[in-house]
Amino acid sequence: MRLIKTLLLSAAIAVGAGSVLAQEGIDDPTRAPYYDSFKGKRVAYVPVAMGFDLTEGWAMGLKEALEPLGITFDIRDPNWNTDAGAQAITALISEKPDVIVVHNPDVQSYARLLKKAEEAGIYVVQVNMRSSYSTDVFVGADYVGMGEQIGQRLVEKCSPANGGSGKVAITQGVLTAAASIYQMQGINNVLSKHPEIQMVSNQAADWDSTKAKNIAATVIQQHPDLCAITGFWDVMDNGTAAAIKESGKNVYLLTQGGGNRMACDNLANGTFSEVVVYFVPGQARDMATMIKHLLQHKQAPGTTKTTLFTQLNFLTKDNMTASSCWDLPAKG
Amino acid sequence: MQLFGRLSQEQIVFGLALLLCIAFSIALPGFLSTNNVLNLVRSVSILGILGVAMGLVVIGRGIDLSLVALMAVSVAWTMNLITAGMPLPQALAIGLAFSLLVGAVNGWLIAYAEVPAIFATLAMGTLIYGFGRYFLFALDVAYLPEAAKPLLWLGQGRLFGVPVPIFVFAAVCVAGYLFLRYAKSGRYLRAVGDNILAARITGVPARPVIILQYVLSSLIGFMAGIVTAASVASMNTRLALSTYVYDVILVVVLGGIGLSGGKGGVRNVIVGTLLIGVLLNGMTIMDIQYTVQNVIKGVLLLTAIVIDTIVNPRDEQTAQQGDI
Repeated sequence: MRLIKTLLLSAAIAVGAGSVLAQEGIDDPTRAPYYDSFKGKRVAYVPVAMGFDLTEGWAMGLKEALEPLGITFDIRDPNWNTDAGAQAITALISEKPDVIVVHNPDVQSYARLLKKAEEAGIYVVQVNMRSSYSTDVFVGADYVGMGEQIGQRLVEKCSPANGGSGKVAITQGVLTAAASIYQMQGINNVLSKHPEIQMVSNQAADWDSTKAKNIAATVIQQHPDLCAITGFWDVMDNGTAAAIKESGKNVYLLTQGGGNRMACDNLANGTFSEVVVYFVPGQARDMATMIKHLLQHKQAPGTTKTTLFTQLNFLTKDNMTASSCWDLPAKG
Repeated sequence: MQLFGRLSQEQIVFGLALLLCIAFSIALPGFLSTNNVLNLVRSVSILGILGVAMGLVVIGRGIDLSLVALMAVSVAWTMNLITAGMPLPQALAIGLAFSLLVGAVNGWLIAYAEVPAIFATLAMGTLIYGFGRYFLFALDVAYLPEAAKPLLWLGQGRLFGVPVPIFVFAAVCVAGYLFLRYAKSGRYLRAVGDNILAARITGVPARPVIILQYVLSSLIGFMAGIVTAASVASMNTRLALSTYVYDVILVVVLGGIGLSGGKGGVRNVIVGTLLIGVLLNGMTIMDIQYTVQNVIKGVLLLTAIVIDTIVNPRDEQTAQQGDI
């Protein structure tokens, strides 16, 4: 009996105490370690160049996610110069930030440096264009898969069975960029199974809209029954679109990009027929999440390799919404 | 070689272009169709317009390496001003004024500060691009805004079935020809390019003429930029960092305007532009890979230069002056 009384009493006290605590609020036990793990950390970002929608969008997203946590965010802009980029990474290895975010110009150039950085105890996150060396994290489009899906769309649109002429053209960017190599692989995977689709032109326009326009104009002129052109970057394909418009022909233009507002505007006014979008703010969020994960776990760099393929959206005039594209804030 | 003895480089290049034309018309169905020929000329008309600008400077024994950078930056800034809500004519005027001002500074550096043209304009090109990137725009590509739609006609329109850029190219050529042939300052320009000391002794205002040639090139450059922007509905300022300016020099030199100045005219630019146009168009029709295209282009240019060296050996004057 006495035992029961004591138990009841202590239970009552415990409940009372608990309710007192509850009124004051309980501190979330994971809160302090969460914020502590980010205090004074540094993230450095080496894109191929600032000044275009993708790299500016990633920078903006990372900044918004990381700076409120007290993480310093640095940008090293090599401005399309691979040597300058390699130097920036070399310098960073000796400065020892906690994380380096790299956007590779091609599959080879930075491979060795990225390995070195990991050995020096720096987490390495790669975005959108992969190096031949896999690091802690890769966030970006699955270009082979994307190529396959694009190939499939070309077949659907242009197969003689569906009323198309079967003639398609491809405008690549730079032949050596990961985006081009992997995508061509994917497109070839599909088109090799569809002999009815004829690739009448496969040219590189160097990411330049004027070159893209001249190529498209010549191809359309030589093949007036051309069914579709697929280009590898929406900014460049403004030129392709101009050539199509001038020719007055009905050519399906399937392009791709990070989903900047320009893409949706051009879908709405009919400049582009379809845009494959790897949503840049989503990629920035993926990167920020992985960086937070790594900094909290404190495992040695290079112990795990995570790949996060970005979800692809095939946007057309009909399925796009106001939130399908994103805006860069104007430079103030 | 006696047979070719009196052929100038211009004629050799024109011959090469003709040969290529004939070869392509036999081998490639559709090459000689009206549409393709129009398309061919349209695709190189901007290169040709810039070629005339560069040609004027080179005839005056200078060189303008900032031509493309200045074009890209001033036009991109114009586009951004329009996007920000400035009326079209005012934005165009500001862009043009900026372009002319930089041209005048180039000329002043070369004529009065006596900095060699190649260094002054090389530095100016880098400076302009950096200045633009930092102060004038944040993004590499400036899109043609809705308010500038009237300009589109310049790049994408047609007049009597012929693309408008071809007319602009033709107009610039005619103006350049008339300037060199009939304007007093045009003749001065050639005199200064041929022999600046002799020109000065005979009373030609050499320094103002040098400033004039850079102002003219920036004026024509701005026009070429507007046509570019109109033709692809955007201006890519990364052009400033590309090798495009060397393509322009190539057209000029290939056509036979010697870098030692004083020689050649607008016709040389047209011939050089045509050869490049025929080559690019034919190779695109044949679907030759981009890297291979560059190899072929390089080999052909070297061939033209070698033929020129054989049929027109260096004389004493070029030996003394050097080519640049």
